[in-house]
Amino acid sequence: MYNAQITITLRKSILDPQGKAIHHAIESLQMTSVEEVRIGKYIEMKINVDTQAEAKRITEEACKKLLANPVMEDYTFSVEKISN
Amino acid sequence: MSHTKHKFGVVVFPGSNCDHDAYYILKQILDQDTCFLWHKDNSLDGSDVVILPGGFSYGDYLRCGAIARFSPIMKEVVPFARDGGVVIGICNGFQILCEAGLLPGALLRNECLTFVCKFVDFRVENNNTAFTSECNLGEVLHIPIAHGEGNYFVDDATLQQLKRNGQILFRYCDRDGSITPSSNPNGSIANIAGIMNKEGNIMGLMPHPERAADPMLGYKDGQKIFKSVIKGFINNEQINNYLVAERS
Repeated sequence: MYNAQITITLRKSILDPQGKAIHHAIESLQMTSVEEVRIGKYIEMKINVDTQAEAKRITEEACKKLLANPVMEDYTFSVEKISN
Repeated sequence: MSHTKHKFGVVVFPGSNCDHDAYYILKQILDQDTCFLWHKDNSLDGSDVVILPGGFSYGDYLRCGAIARFSPIMKEVVPFARDGGVVIGICNGFQILCEAGLLPGALLRNECLTFVCKFVDFRVENNNTAFTSECNLGEVLHIPIAHGEGNYFVDDATLQQLKRNGQILFRYCDRDGSITPSSNPNGSIANIAGIMNKEGNIMGLMPHPERAADPMLGYKDGQKIFKSVIKGFINNEQINNYLVAERS
């Protein structure tokens, strides 16, 4: 069994108004060193396959076909073995 | 030859909430043969025009329209659209068409971050289409929007293609038709409110024409969009009848 941890973020070229609003709130906390805030999504999937390569392939496919929209989002992921 | 009414099919996803409005306008106000298509159906029931209505299909989980795209009915809608069938996506329907890859671009969170529900004005940018032939070029339509994710986005190259091909149908504007930043309710690129595909048979728009089509409620600009589609079919039918008569 493998656990995939997927992070989806708005592409850098796209304005992130939520991140901006949060940044304003952070500034109001006097945390002036924070220069940018961007919002994303975190998704976990438990995948019952034998190899890490297969788990990665499935995660990649899920990201491409469903979890992220390539028009506006980027994704990264890591896959770890969690049990036999 | 008797005039056969063509059929509108209004898709009902779990979470659709403008399906009955669209059905009511088409059936009761515009006197069209109209049916509902359940998301689990695997037939379009002979529909000539498919409407993907507004609402919050599948609770807008993951992204607006991302799950609806995988509904059984979409396995019928996608090939129907690719074969030239007329498909109209309103609000959530527009989001679904983008997610399904039937229209370019994506609809992001409104720039203002709030749900916006109000009447807007938008300008007809191309009236030589199946969806706008009953409008004048440059005409300003007054129709409501109601969405949290209507901020249309495409990359620059695609935007240029949309412009070149006349695919941009509607742009948010002032009452007098000027395209201004203050008349853009959601941050959409180039004030875009509605587009069609290059082939001209698939349209998506954020405003709700079905909410401005019952004269009893005082607004009927929305009728122009539906009447354009109906007129297109009547013309085609007349042409077909003529061809049949000529052959015989």
